[in-house]
Amino acid sequence: MSMSKKALLDRLFPAGHEVIEAGQVLCGWGQTAAGRVHVIGTTEHAAIDTRIALALSAAVLRGVADDGNQPRPIVFIADTQGQALSRREELLGLNGYFAHLARCVNLARSAGHRLVTLIDGEAVSGGFLAFGLLADVIVALPGAEVRVMDLRAMARITRIPYERLTELAGFSPVFAPGADNYWRMGGIHALWTGTEDWAAQLQALLQGSHEDERARLGAERGGRKLAASVAQEVLHGHG
Amino acid sequence: METLHLELPSLQDDTLSPQTLLHGVVSSGNLEVLVEPGPDAARCVFEVQTAAHGFSEVWQAVLCDFASRHPVGGLTFSIHDAGATPAVVSLRLDQAYQSLRTS
Amino acid sequence: MMTSAPQSFREASARLRVQGLLDAGSFTEWLGPARRITSPHLAALDAPVSFDDGVVVGQGLLEAQLVVVIAQEGLFNGGAVGEVHGAKIRGALLRAIEVRARAVLLCVDSGGVRLHEANAGLIAISEIMRALFAAQAAGIPVIALVGGTCGAFGGMGIVARLCDALLISEEGRLGLSGPEVIETVKGVEEFDSRDRALVWRITGGKIRRTLGEATLLLDDDIAAFRAAAAKEMMGSKTMGDSPRQRGLSPDALQTLEAAQRHLEARAALDPGIRDGQQVWQHMGLGEEVALMDPAEFNRCLEARER
Repeated sequence: MSMSKKALLDRLFPAGHEVIEAGQVLCGWGQTAAGRVHVIGTTEHAAIDTRIALALSAAVLRGVADDGNQPRPIVFIADTQGQALSRREELLGLNGYFAHLARCVNLARSAGHRLVTLIDGEAVSGGFLAFGLLADVIVALPGAEVRVMDLRAMARITRIPYERLTELAGFSPVFAPGADNYWRMGGIHALWTGTEDWAAQLQALLQGSHEDERARLGAERGGRKLAASVAQEVLHGHG
Repeated sequence: METLHLELPSLQDDTLSPQTLLHGVVSSGNLEVLVEPGPDAARCVFEVQTAAHGFSEVWQAVLCDFASRHPVGGLTFSIHDAGATPAVVSLRLDQAYQSLRTS
Repeated sequence: MMTSAPQSFREASARLRVQGLLDAGSFTEWLGPARRITSPHLAALDAPVSFDDGVVVGQGLLEAQLVVVIAQEGLFNGGAVGEVHGAKIRGALLRAIEVRARAVLLCVDSGGVRLHEANAGLIAISEIMRALFAAQAAGIPVIALVGGTCGAFGGMGIVARLCDALLISEEGRLGLSGPEVIETVKGVEEFDSRDRALVWRITGGKIRRTLGEATLLLDDDIAAFRAAAAKEMMGSKTMGDSPRQRGLSPDALQTLEAAQRHLEARAALDPGIRDGQQVWQHMGLGEEVALMDPAEFNRCLEARER
């Protein structure tokens, strides 16, 4: 396992942990003051392909099956550059594998497992959608990079000058990469700093609501002003 | 984006039902037009938002032609344009008018 | 019986699809175009906006049953999901629970996240996923209809596969990364996006149905989509790996464990297989596959699946 992931686990679980890394997939447990939690995740900016998606969904299903009526929290470590780009993977139906993984994560939630995601490294697009972004609470660790697309690629595709995009990114969190932008939009619940007691902070997150509060958070923080109100209007409006 | 506001005299057709209707799609070389009841039975109102700059005279000609060909007094036409040619603009407006008559 | 000429699902706008899918005159739109809830983020980038932000949501009747309909407009920014667009879909899925809809018809026609508001779009798709799970947990089946010009890709390719059933036309396409993206990053040898036959053999309706990624293959005809959606709604058939999660039903875990084994078996297909044609050969199906019409093709696969 990489030094940085080992250091992360030591810091999160000073009372002990046993996490195995195989093929960019992390799987194991960590000891918190409130008891053991499952640790499931990816490393080295993994490009999520069918193999990794299946390993993750298998780990989630095993956790649900093993815990039975005493569901323990699941801590996801997200470190992904996005989905694997490959013709073979598309032929197999990678989107279907991601959907399966998402269903497994949702099954765990329904079964009472608290779901916490820690972004350590990168969290990009489809790879992030499939599991990390589905948690009850999402935390970005220092240096975490969260994005759909970098601004140069976006400039190329939208034909909007790069300079204009960087200028606008100063005012609006909606398109430029950055964990802080996602925080302002409610897509990330907390940004941890390097000096805090992560073990204590993690433990504080192991209880809480299962509701999807992200749109409301985005409105409160001012980064996503329409998502909550538009959904509410559709939900309760008269036409 | 450039915006244009135009009010033109036009006859009124009492048989048209007062309803809103959206026709067309905002895609390259195309437009959408939202038809709604307007403020004045003897005039029609056009609100245009267009991606193509500097064509206000062409717009004026196309819209005047439309308002003279059909009894569209008392209606407002709000347009989001993504670079439609004058021929496409005319066609979409005519289609919107036909939809109004048949719905 | 009256039969009318088929009306292409692919060529129709989102609004025409909604009209053609529902019982005549039964549609009520929520937050319609006259409300002018357009995207402030497109406007900030001086890009054209649309009165409905590219998605139609509302309720109506299908065979006299109350359904919620969501239809993305593929021609507006590739049907891509932004803040308003996504919030409308999420709101409609949640309203389906409130009004106790018999089903949700989700017409996916989208390349995924709208780049002009990419962060908002990504979070919105995640919120759509959560809302879709909530509708399913309330016992409301969500039926995906894929047959538009943009197909179902990116996050919406995942959303489509979360649905209880996925109806697709031969011309419909389903995947995660579009061929152009793969070609741009990995090169033309990996995926030649201009080879239309190849693109169809990887992402098209027939190969998706073959692999079990789609429930049913349909003609490019709105009436065919309507009939199939009505049949799905009546509960005649659901996707094998999509449990209705009412709380945690005892069989939900077993269903997903079975789906896991099924997907593992597919991933273990000979690593040399990189083309739909090879999948069909591997199954013992020959050239006749391309010639079979959708009804014949469904029958052929159903016979094998039994």
